Amino acid sequence: MAVPNDRKYTETHEWFMIDGDTVTMGITQYAAEELTDITYVELPDPGTSLGVGDAIGEVESVKATSELFSSVAGEVIEINTALADQPELVNSDAFEEGWMVRIRPESTAPLAALMTGKDYDVFLENGI
Amino acid sequence: MTETLHKTPLYNTHVAFDGRMVDFAGWSLPVCFAGIIEEHVHTRTACSLFDISHMGRLRLSGRDTADLLEWLCTRNLTQAEVGRSYYTHMCNEDGGILDDMIVSRFEDDWGVVCNGSNREKIVAWIQQHGTDMDVTLRDETLTTSMIAVQGPKTIDVIEDLVAEDIASIKRYRHHTFNVMGLSLTVYRCGYTGEDGFEVVTPAMAVSMFLPMLIGKKERPHPIIRPAGLGARDTLRIEAGMPLYGHELSESVDPLTAGASWCVDLAKDFVGVEAMRRLKQVGLPRRLVGLQLDGRRIARQDHKVLCGDEEVGEITSGTLSPTLNKSIAMAYVRSDVADTGQELQVDLGRVRIRGVVVALPFYKRDGNAGESGRAKCGSTTPAL
Repeated sequence: MAVPNDRKYTETHEWFMIDGDTVTMGITQYAAEELTDITYVELPDPGTSLGVGDAIGEVESVKATSELFSSVAGEVIEINTALADQPELVNSDAFEEGWMVRIRPESTAPLAALMTGKDYDVFLENGI
Repeated sequence: MTETLHKTPLYNTHVAFDGRMVDFAGWSLPVCFAGIIEEHVHTRTACSLFDISHMGRLRLSGRDTADLLEWLCTRNLTQAEVGRSYYTHMCNEDGGILDDMIVSRFEDDWGVVCNGSNREKIVAWIQQHGTDMDVTLRDETLTTSMIAVQGPKTIDVIEDLVAEDIASIKRYRHHTFNVMGLSLTVYRCGYTGEDGFEVVTPAMAVSMFLPMLIGKKERPHPIIRPAGLGARDTLRIEAGMPLYGHELSESVDPLTAGASWCVDLAKDFVGVEAMRRLKQVGLPRRLVGLQLDGRRIARQDHKVLCGDEEVGEITSGTLSPTLNKSIAMAYVRSDVADTGQELQVDLGRVRIRGVVVALPFYKRDGNAGESGRAKCGSTTPAL
């Protein structure tokens, strides 16, 4: 599985990508496949302010419901509205079309502690 | 309970077809191949093959077998005919459901197909009650395999494959064929709400038949595709069929579980007195179907509310691929269990409105080979 190296990863399978002065987040392809068919994505309203570690939404599949956590503090500036009608985009393209939330972070410093793409690959290979 | 994971005789095929293997009731089984929803839709429109080798397969023989089964099963089996299969529950003295199962009468003995997770319990239960009787129990679970072929195209594709006239086996009948010296028992039943068969073969023989059924990974069968436990679960929920550990358990009785059609309160059997008492005072709760607003899924143990009052809990739920609606089964207080009753489900962060609807949520067109019951009757127990 090709894990992009342009972003950071958590052990709970979220990804965070710095893009100018915003941070985009989603879940990994591995997480999407583990959840199986995703049927619903609950996301925060734009304008919501977040703290580090806050639960910001839920991803629901036929099999299970999983919470989403933010690794940065800041303000939600945009959500992927396409997921309301097509939650399956997360299954088909978790790293691009299946993105979830765009955040204006207070600081990107917390992301430095997260795994790189290579680290995450190793993390997956070693078993969770 | 921590023992080595059993592999079914189909294990290598699952891996070859990229099945995602999970631990289920002590067995390594595929949860899905192409995707749960895709497999679900394929089963409703074409034909899928499921590995159900984890289910318990017992044979009972001896002079007293019929008497023992009559004493342990909720269903009246006194008129049971050779060649027929009967859905029944077995209960404890309090009426609590020990398991649901299919009991079949054969020429010389009886067969029981029970849930994989309950096999050891049921074996012990039967042996304990048959101590002083002429009954011999043979557990064939590990020496045989069991597959389910389900979907509207099943009859056509199977008849193309085997020379036998299997379409003439009616619902809830079974027939044993000898193919190249091997014994194959074919049951016309299933756990998907579709027409189909469940087939028991000697464990080693299944690898001979499988390539005929689903082809090879690089050259798959054009119609029959493998499906996993995930689709099996969403299919049985749409069909309103109970699953042990969800709708059924030792803390619920068959009447409350909506299975009174397979309980004969006029005969004597283990648990009957508790059930007669319950019937006399009235059932305090009932199993119902719920249709929920939106796309959120209610899960087992989520609370069901009426206003601010807790009136029950969810046993199973899914987003129905066929209806594209959020559906669930729940036990609720009998005074709020009528069709049309508005309730709420507490999903933790949000409450969702739901309406009590009749089960099943999905019923196939026609009634292939069957005379009457296509409702909860068309059940093989559990995954």
